[in-house]
Amino acid sequence: MNKVMSNKAVIALYVLPAFILIVALIYGPILITGYYGLMDWDGIGAKTFVGLDNYMELIKDAKFWQSAYHSFLLAFFSTLSLVPYLAISLILAGKVKGSDLLRKIYLIPMLLSSVAIAQLWVKIYDPNNGMLNSLLTMVGVENPPAWLADTNLVLYAIFVAILWQYAGFYIIIYYAALKGIPESLVEAAKIDGASPIQIAYKIKVPLISGVIKVTVVLAIVGSLKYFDLIYVMTGGGPNGASEVIASYMYKKAFDTFDFGYGSAIAFFLLLITLIVTWITRKLTASEDEIQY
Amino acid sequence: MAQTQSTAGKDNSILTKVGMSVLYIGLIIVAVFQIYPLIWLFQFSLKSNSEVFGMSPFALPQDPKWENYVRVWTDGNINLYFFNSVWITVVSVLLTLLFASFVTFAITRMNWKLNKLVLGLFMVGLMVPIHSAIIPLFSFFLELNLIDNPLSIILSYTAFNLPLTIMILLGFYYTLPREIEEAAVVDGCSIHRIFFQITLPMTTPVLATTAIINMIYNWNEFIFVNTFISSDKFKTLTVGIQNFIGQYLTDWGAIGATLMISIIPILIAFLILSNRIVEGIAAGSVKG
Repeated sequence: MNKVMSNKAVIALYVLPAFILIVALIYGPILITGYYGLMDWDGIGAKTFVGLDNYMELIKDAKFWQSAYHSFLLAFFSTLSLVPYLAISLILAGKVKGSDLLRKIYLIPMLLSSVAIAQLWVKIYDPNNGMLNSLLTMVGVENPPAWLADTNLVLYAIFVAILWQYAGFYIIIYYAALKGIPESLVEAAKIDGASPIQIAYKIKVPLISGVIKVTVVLAIVGSLKYFDLIYVMTGGGPNGASEVIASYMYKKAFDTFDFGYGSAIAFFLLLITLIVTWITRKLTASEDEIQY
Repeated sequence: MAQTQSTAGKDNSILTKVGMSVLYIGLIIVAVFQIYPLIWLFQFSLKSNSEVFGMSPFALPQDPKWENYVRVWTDGNINLYFFNSVWITVVSVLLTLLFASFVTFAITRMNWKLNKLVLGLFMVGLMVPIHSAIIPLFSFFLELNLIDNPLSIILSYTAFNLPLTIMILLGFYYTLPREIEEAAVVDGCSIHRIFFQITLPMTTPVLATTAIINMIYNWNEFIFVNTFISSDKFKTLTVGIQNFIGQYLTDWGAIGATLMISIIPILIAFLILSNRIVEGIAAGSVKG
């Protein structure tokens, strides 16, 4: 047994293809991103070493901070939106008829590409022929806003599309966690006279706190990385009003060919992502092993 | 006394019923919010421009224009993008499942010192944002002459999906009994035969789950294709419809039809395999 299962050549043969791929295409690139951040480079010509210039420029770049602010705003709202998702899951996980079907309906948008979702919502928000403004006009609103062209509203309009996309995802996670709670605990609380709201708030929610913390990480990190949907819906506009870190990075690198500066932003994005993940992991360390 | 108690009980149950109905209506409103935009999309995909611009957006298509679909399928290159999406998705999924199974087998079944470290490396990959790797990946593929070559997309999909796939496979491999494999070793079976003829077939259920999750990710992926591919003949649907819509900005019927074509395969997969998809999403997300 041991001899066959310790064959070094076979282990190498089985592990190396995948290992080479992730080192070459994931770990190598993220380290190189930090290195490119030290260069002045247009992506094709020669690289000039400029030290920390790109990073210093980043600190003074008002447009970058504006996009970072938008990213954190999205992260904040995404985290808040977990509360209604949790409430819906608590109801669904009770004995509701058709909860299976409802859950599946909720999930459908999550399965579609961000490009399709973005294009669909561009049509929904269309000022003249869109679904939303027609609905608003029908109920008597005069001059409904041009959602995606309004610098004050565009980010919130995009956030509604994000809600639509991810609602089912979080509901599925919470639902699975809630179904993992032993029935006997809930029964015992019922016998002691606890109301459904007390059971939800004092027993069920604390029992799935590990999963809740994980979803907080997912919501924050996911928001910091938002790209496709915003890139397609507005391209960061109008006038930078919906620019986020990733879209700003992409523009700098692939539209203005400032690969050095783009890399500095990308490296910054990586650091924030890892720090946020690490902090929340620290907070959840004891419950890391929970599985559903 | 008994009387009062029973009335109180009745009141209570009426209250509960009213409360439940209110909650139920809430759940249904959410469901309508989630599904109606797609029904609306389907409706305007069958409309002509005069219907879109001249009538209420909620009106049903008067004379369903299925020719919108035919038109974009052939004139809009959508057929080309569609088949590119299909083969690139299939090849990437197969590569990912094979490589991930190899690794998971070596980590859970074979004895070597570095297995925990290598596993850790794969798991950390879950946290890396694609966007932080995209610039060096672009120059890497440029140097290898793989820009505007589908191989760059396939390799990227495989690499970035490996961590999640391995994570889902791992849970299944740990619960799988080893007796059959041990017996096969005793019988003098070679390691490759054990992997391909015993272990791999036993993991079919979890392979199906990971395959469908991988398929959805690859089918919907945008940023790699948008960055690495420039010629039409290699573009996949996500980037293809983006180009198409850029050209046909005001043709709502055509836009609706392309969007429907891009999401129909996913919807069909969901109708058939919804339980596996739900299971895969729950399994793949919780550890974040």
